[in-house]
Amino acid sequence: MNSLTYPIVDSVTMLRRTLAHMLSNPVVTILTTIGTPVILLVLMYNLFGGVIQANSATSGSYINYLTPGMILITGIYSTGWAALRINADMTQGIIARFRSMSISRSAVLNGHVIGSTLGTLTSITVVLGLAYLMGFRSAATPVELLAALGLILLYVTAIMWLAIAVGVWGKSPDAVNGVLYLVYILPFFSSAFVPTTSMTPVVAWIATNQPFTPIIDTLRALLTGAPLGDRAVVALAWCLGIGLVGFIWSRIAYNRSTKI
Amino acid sequence: MINVQGLRKAFGKQVVLDGIDLHVADGSIFSLLGPNGAGKTTTVQILSTLLQPDAGSVSIAGHDLKREPEAIRRLIGLTGQFSAVDTVLTGQQNLLLMVNLRHMDRRAGKRRADELLERFELVDAANKPVSSYSGGMRRKLDLAMSLIGNPRLIFLDEPTTGLDPRSRQTMWELITELAAHGVTIFLTTQYLEEADRLSNRIGVLDKGRLVAEGTPADLKHRIPGGHVELQFADATSLDRAAQSLSSTVRDENTLMLRVANDGSVEALRHLLDQLDSSAIPVTGLSVHTPDLDDVFFALTAQPTAQPTAKTNEKEAAQ
Repeated sequence: MNSLTYPIVDSVTMLRRTLAHMLSNPVVTILTTIGTPVILLVLMYNLFGGVIQANSATSGSYINYLTPGMILITGIYSTGWAALRINADMTQGIIARFRSMSISRSAVLNGHVIGSTLGTLTSITVVLGLAYLMGFRSAATPVELLAALGLILLYVTAIMWLAIAVGVWGKSPDAVNGVLYLVYILPFFSSAFVPTTSMTPVVAWIATNQPFTPIIDTLRALLTGAPLGDRAVVALAWCLGIGLVGFIWSRIAYNRSTKI
Repeated sequence: MINVQGLRKAFGKQVVLDGIDLHVADGSIFSLLGPNGAGKTTTVQILSTLLQPDAGSVSIAGHDLKREPEAIRRLIGLTGQFSAVDTVLTGQQNLLLMVNLRHMDRRAGKRRADELLERFELVDAANKPVSSYSGGMRRKLDLAMSLIGNPRLIFLDEPTTGLDPRSRQTMWELITELAAHGVTIFLTTQYLEEADRLSNRIGVLDKGRLVAEGTPADLKHRIPGGHVELQFADATSLDRAAQSLSSTVRDENTLMLRVANDGSVEALRHLLDQLDSSAIPVTGLSVHTPDLDDVFFALTAQPTAQPTAKTNEKEAAQ
C-alpha cells in the first residue's frame, strides 16, 4: 500500500462505514427507501391500470408502462435518506475528526455516494421483482437490457451526487428536506404514470421539459422495445448534467464547511 | 512541539483571535484557560488544521501549518468539544474505522483497539451502538479514537465539560497517563481546577488575547498573599477579634472574619497567639492560599461563570 492508493483505500473505508450504517437498522432502511415506491407502484397500478389498459398510447399492459417510471421514482425516494445521512455527518462532530486526519478529502463524499448508489440499486431490484410478480415482462434484447442497466446506473449515480450535495450544503435536516421535496414531486409531472399526451397543455409542457420524462421514456423504450427516438440523447445529457452539478456542488460545499 | 506567532482570526467583523503567541514544549501538557467565547475552540480548530488563520505563523513539530497540513494531520489526534464519534456504529467499529483511516496494519490495529477498549473500560460496551453510551463513555471512546495511530500531539477541546465528577476523574487520569508516555497535550478548559491539576503551563485567554502565560505556580504568584478565615460563635467575639487584629474583612451574617495571612506556620502561630492572649473563642479556622480563581479574576477583571450552569447550557444545546 502506498500513498497513491490512499484515495481508493479511504473511499472503501468510508463505503464500508455507509454500508454498516444501512445494515445497523435494516428495517428502517427498507421502510424509508422502498416503502413509498412500493406503495406508489401498487396504488397507481390499481388506480389507473383499468383506465389506461384500453388507451392505445401505452401500447400494451399498464404494468409494462408503469415499471420504468417506478425504477426512477425508487431512485428519487432514496435521495432523501442519502442526503440526511451525510447531513448528520456534517452537522455532528465526526466530520471534524475526519478533516483533522490525513485522509483523502474526497473519500467521505465517495463513500456516501457509492454506498447510497448500491443501496438504491438494491431497492430498484426489489421493486422490479414486485413488478414482475404483478405481470411486468420486458421485451428487451440483451443489448437493450445492457443499455437499460447502464442508464439506470448512470441515473442513480447522478442523483446520488446531487443528493449528497444537498446534504452537505444544508445547514439542517429541515433545509435538506425542503429542497428534496421539490425533487419528490417532479415525477408526478412526468410520463411516469400517464403519457404526456393525455395531460393539459401546461402540465404537458412541464412534463416534457423536465429531466425525468426523457429518462423514463428512454428506459421504457429500452425495456419494452418501443422506438427510442432522440429522447435518449436528452436523457443522457440530463443524467450527465445532474451528476456533474452534484459532483461539483458537493465538493464546493464540503470544502466551504470549515466551521463545525 | 507547537510554535505560534501573531495568530489572528476574525469571522466577519468579529475578531476572535487578536494576535496570539504560544509555545508548547514537546511532551508537556498545555492548558488554554478561558471563559466561553474567549477563542479557545477557534485556536484548537486552527492548530488542528480545520480552520485557516487570517494572519500569523504556526508550526507544529517543525511543519508549517499552511504549507504542510497533511504532515501535521499525520501527527495529531483531535477530540473536539462535540463528541466526534459515530453514534450509529459500535464502540469497536468506531475504533476499527480509525485503524483503517490511519492506514494501519489490520492485525496490529485490532490489537490496539482491544487494548484501548480495555484501558478505557469499554469492553462490555464494545459491541453496543454508541447511541446507547453515556456522556462519559462517549468522551472516553472519543479520546480512544484519537489515540489510534499513536499521535504525538493530542488536542482536547474541553475534555471534561458536561461529565460527572467520577468520569472527570477518570479523564484526568487518562490524560496524565498519556503525558507520562511522552504525548504532548494541548487542552482547553473553563475549569481552573482542571488546568491547575493537569498542566505544566497555562495560557489564560480572554477576548481573543493571551492575558497571561506560565506555570500554575507562576500564575498564583501574581496574586499577593492568601488569607485565613476565622469563624466565631457570636457577634461579640467577632467584634473583639476585628478590633485586635489588623487587615481584616468581616462578614456579620456568617460571623466570619477574613484575615490577610500567607498561610506559613510562623504567620499562623502569630495569629493564634494574638487570639489566645485576647482570650477570644474561635469556633473554626481555615487557611486559603490563592487559587486560580483569584488569578483569573485579577487578570481578566471578571468573575468566572459558574461551571455547573455552563455545563447545563452545553447539554441542553446538544
